[in-house]
Amino acid sequence: MLRLDAVGQYYGDHPVLRDLSLTVPDGQLLCVVGPSGCGKSTLLRTVAGLLPAREGEVTVDGTPVTGVPDRLAVVFQDYGRSLYPWLTVRDNVALPLRRQGLGRAERRTEAERILERVGLDGAARRHPWQLSGGMQQRVAIARALVCRPSLLLMDEPFGSLDAQTREDLEDLLLEVHRTDGTTIVFVTHDIDESVYVGDRVVVLSPGPGSRVVLDLPVELPGRRDQIATRGLPEFVALRAEVGRAVRGG
Amino acid sequence: MSGVGEAGRGGAESETSATGRPTPSARPDPTPAPPPIRQSTRLRPRLPAGLPHALLRWVVLGLAVAAWELAARVHGSVYFPPPGRIARHMYDLWFSGPVRHVFLTEAAVADILPSLGRMAAGFALAAVAGIALGVAVGRSRRAYALCNPVLQFARAVPPPALVPVFVVVFDFGTPMQIASIVFSAVWPVLINTAEGARNTDPLRLDVAAVLRLGPVERLRFLVLPSALPRIFAGLRLSLSLSLILMVFSELLPGTANGIGFTLTDAQTRSDLLTVWAALVLLGALGHLLNTGLLAVEKRLVGRGRATA
Repeated sequence: MLRLDAVGQYYGDHPVLRDLSLTVPDGQLLCVVGPSGCGKSTLLRTVAGLLPAREGEVTVDGTPVTGVPDRLAVVFQDYGRSLYPWLTVRDNVALPLRRQGLGRAERRTEAERILERVGLDGAARRHPWQLSGGMQQRVAIARALVCRPSLLLMDEPFGSLDAQTREDLEDLLLEVHRTDGTTIVFVTHDIDESVYVGDRVVVLSPGPGSRVVLDLPVELPGRRDQIATRGLPEFVALRAEVGRAVRGG
Repeated sequence: MSGVGEAGRGGAESETSATGRPTPSARPDPTPAPPPIRQSTRLRPRLPAGLPHALLRWVVLGLAVAAWELAARVHGSVYFPPPGRIARHMYDLWFSGPVRHVFLTEAAVADILPSLGRMAAGFALAAVAGIALGVAVGRSRRAYALCNPVLQFARAVPPPALVPVFVVVFDFGTPMQIASIVFSAVWPVLINTAEGARNTDPLRLDVAAVLRLGPVERLRFLVLPSALPRIFAGLRLSLSLSLILMVFSELLPGTANGIGFTLTDAQTRSDLLTVWAALVLLGALGHLLNTGLLAVEKRLVGRGRATA
């Protein structure tokens, strides 16, 4: 379970987040939505232990976050920079496994297994820059999943992809979430995406000093489907509610 | 002393090309690479135009040598022997040896190899020390702030000016020569490596932190690869400095072998043909070593570097 308790972050003296409290139960896929500049990325960096909380406390399974928590993975928006271009796709994915003391052969097998899962079995020996944007983000997702994280943070992961690729990756994410039951915090500025992907949507107010203005469970009938789900009256209603909150109405 | 002047020019030239080169972090966003295939098809129509350009370079060189040959023959000066005679003399002096010695004569073994050995030792030590210290300085903001003025000062001292210091410290001989090379060649590698390591992409550092890479892994998989283009820019400068300092330190008294010694020795005997042969040999060596380093760089940096 992830818990934020009255977390405050500042950029210099400028408040970015203020008195932010949030509890994410195990296995939930939480979407955090807000206008750009509202501190969504700061929130993720705080949870990831990359930025110590200036005020309040973040705990993962009851342990306060001081460094990067165990079994945490992050997918960044900028896949071009987040992947290491001098390593092959397989070596990029296998990189986090070194810490676990696996042998070379085991690391490779594991990396290839996970690459197959994200639909990239043919690309193991290529370099990231030889792949399309969508494929590169799949590599980044594979690298995040390879250590079987219990908490996955995603910072606008599909923000720079085209619509079709984006939908494919949203479905891949839902599939991963269904089978692994990983707790996921998914940051996005796309209202549609947040309702389609999330079990719950949290809307942050515009900065400075963002706080939660809406906390909404997403209950949609049936398994999510790009065409059918988006046409449901429940989906449309939820989207409108999130939209109003984002616009501050 | 013409060698020193050339050093200054060569150094300045490579340096601008080193900073002008876009480092991975300097680029705003490495968007998916334009595939190499497309690039080559785009270049193909230009290929016929590029071919004469390469030819032209050799034509100019050939013409220059021919003009020199002609002028030297017509003039008949003892000070400026024609290139043909120089080449012949080089062959007789160094490259007419037996096959089992790779055609090297005893004189070549006695003069060229010790020089190359000292240069290799000096360059290798400078490279290792420069990369190690450069990473250390570049990865710590405080160390960089503290060391940068010192480094800029050390770099600004004309390297041959240090040689008298080492003569006093080490006396004449190989240790003095190697020390001179190391203390001149270490700065460009050190400064460029520090700069490269300092400019490691912050997002990639975040990734390393999230993947919980250890310090050694972070160095091996992130800091060194991303600093590699800068490291090589420094190595190229250091290589030419090593060659200059190798010759310069051998020009001093107390040296018994080496290409620099051959130069001064021939000069005292007024053997200008040998002086010219040594100069041509140095030029050829410098070119060969630089080409070798560029080939290594292309192999190491070229891979996976189309965009980043």
